[in-house]
Amino acid sequence: MSALADAERAGPWPHAAPARASLLEQTAAVARRSATRTLRQKGLLAFPLVFPLILFAINGSALSPATHIPRFPTSNYRDFLIAMPFVQGALFISITAGVDLARDIESGFFNRLALTPLRGEAMLVGQLGGPLILGALQSVVYLLVGLASGVTFASGVGGALVLLALSIVIAFAFASLGGLLALRFGSGEAVQGIFPLLFVTLFLSSSSLPRNLIKTTWFRDVATYNPVSYLLEGLRSLVISGWNAQALELAFGFALAILAISLGLSSEAMRTRLARK
Amino acid sequence: MTRFLSVARAVGWRTVHNTLVTPALLLPSIIFPLFFLVAFAGGLSRIASVPDFHYGPGYTSFQFVFVFLQSAAFGGVFTGFGVARDFDSGFARRLLLAAPQRSGIIAGYVIGALGRWAIVAVVVTVAGVIAGMNVDGNAVQLFGLVALGIGMNLVAALWACGLAMFLRTEQAGAVIQMPVFVALFLAPVYVPLSLLQGWIHTVSKINPATFVIEAGRGLLAGTPVEIAASGISLAVGLVLLSAFARRGLASAERAG
Repeated sequence: MSALADAERAGPWPHAAPARASLLEQTAAVARRSATRTLRQKGLLAFPLVFPLILFAINGSALSPATHIPRFPTSNYRDFLIAMPFVQGALFISITAGVDLARDIESGFFNRLALTPLRGEAMLVGQLGGPLILGALQSVVYLLVGLASGVTFASGVGGALVLLALSIVIAFAFASLGGLLALRFGSGEAVQGIFPLLFVTLFLSSSSLPRNLIKTTWFRDVATYNPVSYLLEGLRSLVISGWNAQALELAFGFALAILAISLGLSSEAMRTRLARK
Repeated sequence: MTRFLSVARAVGWRTVHNTLVTPALLLPSIIFPLFFLVAFAGGLSRIASVPDFHYGPGYTSFQFVFVFLQSAAFGGVFTGFGVARDFDSGFARRLLLAAPQRSGIIAGYVIGALGRWAIVAVVVTVAGVIAGMNVDGNAVQLFGLVALGIGMNLVAALWACGLAMFLRTEQAGAVIQMPVFVALFLAPVYVPLSLLQGWIHTVSKINPATFVIEAGRGLLAGTPVEIAASGISLAVGLVLLSAFARRGLASAERAG
């Protein structure tokens, strides 16, 4: 917390601020606090980590007859389904990030932090440090479980690494979305109330079947317009089809777009929230 | 007996009333089954083209039965959340002090769970009809399907109330719902039991929820199967979980 302490010591008086911490140091200080807090909540970490794995284990077997559908892209349904835990885990991370930030807002910590010379960007991005680390840990666990359950990568070791990178970007994007919800609503309960809506986006996507095999027209249309489909398809492409540039571009593109839009709107929301106080 | 009934009626009415006047309690229990119906019946309908998938009324009806019975189970689970909330707020302790016959409290919560699910069941059924569900069973068979739902709701409510009374905190929510969720999804959710392979087939074959879901699908299709097995499963569940709920109440009484 040294950079944070430096920033606090600097105070609002110009003559008392000889060495203001850099943006990176400020972000790192806030991120360190966020990471410590997130990792201390072990009880809360277990459910978001385990639940996607339970669904992966059950649906990986229960939906395996789907591989008999003509033109299904793989003979092992787990290869198809492995993308789902990564995105589902990222959705849970959005709630972790949102609830943590909402708690800071509700307790007044966020306002006190705003009184220090910390830059807004550092406050915003730093707060997502904990959820980001959690996202990285989750991704490694999901990858290892996937490999242990017989998932094979058509893109090889390099593909597994790209999958990890993409899943971390997705986790960061959803964490920033959670942060935006917290800044907009200012209440952990409200953030949790939005969660089912986020969850719906996962199920109304190509999570269980490829889009071209979804029979119901309106469902296929919704899945086509749903960005979550492209996140899943990008992750899945590395496992099933090898190096598919278009799928990866779309997945990284949508993830980065969600991240940029969420951070942009969060910045606006933060200004409004702090101006109200 | 009069005292038991008066406590059960009061607690049951309060549970239903609270659900009706609090959208935050009512909406999730309606929205989640609808969402599952849309996601499964809409998104996975191609599964019906898997070789050897034979279910006369079609995939929407196949999934409707699962969602109908799942909503029954979760009607019970959500009531358990209410019990836990009552302990967190201190209301349950006052209730324990005031009730002349405490076992009526369990009965009241279970009645409340049933009343709560009745609303959801109507909504889910209307949604199923709108979605194009076919019904090949006759009136008696459909009544049998409703009876299975009632049994499922009672079993889940007794489980949830019992555990909520043991744990007495809202944080018990995940512990209450997870076993029900897993038990339901370890049944043949997406395809009939005969099409499942590997460990999931082995587990499904001995999962009591499988008997109930297969029986429900048989009744909707007008070709009853597993009626005795589902009846026995639910009856055993009711007996065991009634004892479990009673012990939960005793635990809460001891805690004061």
